[in-house]
Amino acid sequence: MKKTKKLDTNVNIDDKLYLNRLKPDDRSHLSIKDADVCANNCLRKDCTLFCPAGVYKWSDNRIAINYEGCLECGACRIACPHENIEWQYPRGGFGIQFRLA
Amino acid sequence: MPEKFDAIVVGAGVAGLAATYKMVTEGLSVAVIERGDYPGAKNVMGGVLYRHSMDNLMPEFWKEAPLQRPVVDQRYWLMDDRSAVNMSYKSQEWTQEPYNCYTVFRGQFDKWFADKCIEAGALIINETLVESCLLEEGKVIGVRTGRPEGDIYANVVILADGVNSLLSKELGFHKEWQPRQVALAVMEELKLPSEVIEERFNLEPGMGATIEIYGDSTLGSMVGNGFIYTNKEHISIGVGALLSQLRDMGIKPYELLEYLKNHPMVRTLIKDAEPVEYYAHLIPEGGYYSIPKIVGDGVLVAGDAAQLVNGVHREGSNLATTSGRLAGEAVVYAHKAGDFFAETLSLYEENLQNSYVIKDLKKYKDAAHVLETNPQFLKQYIPGTNMALHEMFTVDGKSKKEKQKLALQKILSGDSLYSLGKDIYKAWKAMK
Repeated sequence: MKKTKKLDTNVNIDDKLYLNRLKPDDRSHLSIKDADVCANNCLRKDCTLFCPAGVYKWSDNRIAINYEGCLECGACRIACPHENIEWQYPRGGFGIQFRLA
Repeated sequence: MPEKFDAIVVGAGVAGLAATYKMVTEGLSVAVIERGDYPGAKNVMGGVLYRHSMDNLMPEFWKEAPLQRPVVDQRYWLMDDRSAVNMSYKSQEWTQEPYNCYTVFRGQFDKWFADKCIEAGALIINETLVESCLLEEGKVIGVRTGRPEGDIYANVVILADGVNSLLSKELGFHKEWQPRQVALAVMEELKLPSEVIEERFNLEPGMGATIEIYGDSTLGSMVGNGFIYTNKEHISIGVGALLSQLRDMGIKPYELLEYLKNHPMVRTLIKDAEPVEYYAHLIPEGGYYSIPKIVGDGVLVAGDAAQLVNGVHREGSNLATTSGRLAGEAVVYAHKAGDFFAETLSLYEENLQNSYVIKDLKKYKDAAHVLETNPQFLKQYIPGTNMALHEMFTVDGKSKKEKQKLALQKILSGDSLYSLGKDIYKAWKAMK
């Protein structure tokens, strides 16, 4: 059986998000429930990897949330290993507005 | 706005709109609440819409609906890192009305579908989030929206709020989905002139093709697949895998997509195409075992919110349309009976059980699990088949008998013929 390969691509997610029409609210629909859990209990900071919009970044010893680029898929709510992400829909009319799909 | 409707539908996707269309054409007053700017603004689909279930609701809809291309060529690739074994079925029969399935843009299709509902009497309320269901003695009697004075009442509420159905979770109809019950898919829309698409995909003008790609598209390690669909002047390209596996392998989904786009088997198809939009979406792939409670007092659940997706056959929008229509029919029945409690509304569940929707999901109830727990199907047999064919087609002086032996060795990659037989039996059992 072959060993699992490593991806050696390097994509700038901002270039992709730039294609989309986003109507960001002035308040975030995403938040971290307990910052200590991210800092102390979560070694790999999974949300910084699997989020398809790169919303979560680890900086200054905390998770920074760029909620403006969120594609509202719901992955972070379900896949955070510590169930530490508070996930709401953005208010009506705000957030991503797809044209095609 | 009237104070009370016969029914409220949450979500203007194909499930919600199918339910709405059914109900308004039977004379019921229906309000549809959609959180996007317009119906379709929040919706993402891989891109194949089957005619049959929509036709059942609105005969010959395809004569006026905004569709991209009828799909006449359906291809499957078993892909290794530098090669692919292709299998396809192309039919002349699918080049004419009434087509089998189409690629569509949901941003256009859902808007059109919603307009048909409006023409038939529905009220569509856009840019409005439903925050919770309103309950009275355990019965759903309406919804609370994010608007000022935003409570709206109805005899019955249909939740068609998609894979992230916070509303049905709040009602206790299901627990939070587990990461292995959903697939995370990312997709890009690439712009390319229609003649170029037709030339590259070997298509008559206006006709379309789909490619489902297994193996290296998910690095041979994750349950999921890549896909390429042709639209009029765009190509949809994407990849999806179980969220649990993406997370556990620490893979950035957009890097996986980029890997697929740069794959030697793929890059020639999308050369010089300009990316115009980028998407991410969860697909409820839990199958039969994950179907939540779908009927309660004054409430029904349809479409993705009810986990009605057949991952094996990449069907979802048709299951959504059918479940929406059946939910709508049950509400019409309840309306005539003047009773909206679960017992009466359970006609929906009964009809869904007897339809292809639940029958198909039941048939494949173990398919995803078998793939997940038997990684050799993706990791060993797909590269093995590629190498075996490579061996067979390479002329290098070895005798054909020797070639045949080598090919089999590559497929087995060290295992016995017995273990291959066992795996074939396992696969057959999961799909039978």
